[in-house]
Amino acid sequence: MAEKMKTKELLFGPIFDNNPIALQIIGICSALAVTSNLNTTVTMCIALTLVCAFSNFFVSTIRNQIPSSIRIIVQMTIIASLVIVVDQFLRAYAYSISKQMSVFVGLIITNCIVMGRAEAFAMKSAPIPSFLDGVGNGLGYSFILLVLGFARELIGAGSLFGVPILAKVTDGGWYIPNGMMLLPPSAFFLIGLIIWGIRAVKKGQVEKDTFDMAPNTRTSEAF
Amino acid sequence: MSAKNDSVLRTFTVAFLICLVCAVVVATAAVMLRPVQEVNKLLDKQVNILMAAGLYSEGMDVQKAFESIERRFVDLRSGEYVEMPESYEQRRAAKDPATSVRLDSKVDIASIRNQAKVAEVYLAKDESGELSKIILPIHGYGLWSTLYGFLALEPDVNTIAGLGFYEHAETPGLGGEVDNPKWKGIWPGKKLFNEQDELAISVIKGTVDSSAADAQHKVDGLAGATLTTNGLNNLVRFWMGENGFGPYLDELKANTAAEQYPADESVAAPADGEEVSNG
Repeated sequence: MAEKMKTKELLFGPIFDNNPIALQIIGICSALAVTSNLNTTVTMCIALTLVCAFSNFFVSTIRNQIPSSIRIIVQMTIIASLVIVVDQFLRAYAYSISKQMSVFVGLIITNCIVMGRAEAFAMKSAPIPSFLDGVGNGLGYSFILLVLGFARELIGAGSLFGVPILAKVTDGGWYIPNGMMLLPPSAFFLIGLIIWGIRAVKKGQVEKDTFDMAPNTRTSEAF
Repeated sequence: MSAKNDSVLRTFTVAFLICLVCAVVVATAAVMLRPVQEVNKLLDKQVNILMAAGLYSEGMDVQKAFESIERRFVDLRSGEYVEMPESYEQRRAAKDPATSVRLDSKVDIASIRNQAKVAEVYLAKDESGELSKIILPIHGYGLWSTLYGFLALEPDVNTIAGLGFYEHAETPGLGGEVDNPKWKGIWPGKKLFNEQDELAISVIKGTVDSSAADAQHKVDGLAGATLTTNGLNNLVRFWMGENGFGPYLDELKANTAAEQYPADESVAAPADGEEVSNG
């Protein structure tokens, strides 16, 4: 029973309770870059989830063999290899999408979520929980990205997955697309709103002030 | 992460083994998937060519459609066909000093800097084997990025059949509207050359007055994207001019004028194409 609870927590905890983007505020770069339409968003989500899960799994499998002096570079090598494999697959089976995503598949290597999970979780845990943790964090990342991609493509281009939903003025319809939503900064505003929303419901995520402002101090007291 | 892992020998062994395994995995994936990737890359390019020529429809058999399209190589200076190996790629050749020329900044209105000496052109044939479309690769600088695309001409070497860009990074919603089908729809039917056989095509700022005498040479600019519009104007005028495909178009005109349009004076005149560098 306890085991089952653990699995559930590993898989779904990172979606709302410990979301890598909304709570830890990492992995923002690619969240801005690939969410202007849902096709690239979904591809990125799948790619990142796979890389995160398998890198966690492999790092965890050999965690007792890795010398601590070179552990980061070993993790990087494993992650980089997985990313190249994913990139090769995309080029082979989804060429036009991989062209749109250009360097951002390659940049999964430096995604803080993947690195962070390998170092913080996989180095201390058994392979199966590590794998689940990778999937869970991938899902957490995907959740935010899908919301972003949905909002940005719908408002910015009036379509979803490239299929027109709102008839645009330029095509003889009524909807004037908000071009700003297709530009990276709009993802910042949306992420801000999402974080606000999550923290309004889950008050526990609101950070405490890191220090209290001291009342006026006299110089002599400070020394 | 116990201390025994941290000896020098151990560190080197682990590093070596990790590298070995990863190298094998990466190399296997790359080699196994290479053929599929090549096919996809070619397919992607073919779709772009068909789209520019207005021959593409969703779900069509691209490879079959491409059987009636012939790839030829043209020496841009002389305008004559040359033989090149099948693996020749114009974009790669433009980067190699041996196969490209550095353009003088005065004539380089499209800001492409290095131009390949030999260009790829695509000749589409209809069912009876007659030339039906001439598809020419074009590129040039917009506002943020180099736009890569194709311009398709009718066999009279004057009427535009279509235009499309397959790679650019212009502002979405403004310059990015080069991908808008409605804007691309303006191009077919426009004429490159005027009665005096001078290059007359231009992309203007704002909307073309359709009653004006030269409306057939003018294309609407993109609203809110003056610099992208200027770039488009420059790149179309560059590639259709004497430093681009000018000599080749003259060559084609001379041929078709002799064969198909003996009565048509406007295309029969031999080419001088001096007008380009004024743009």
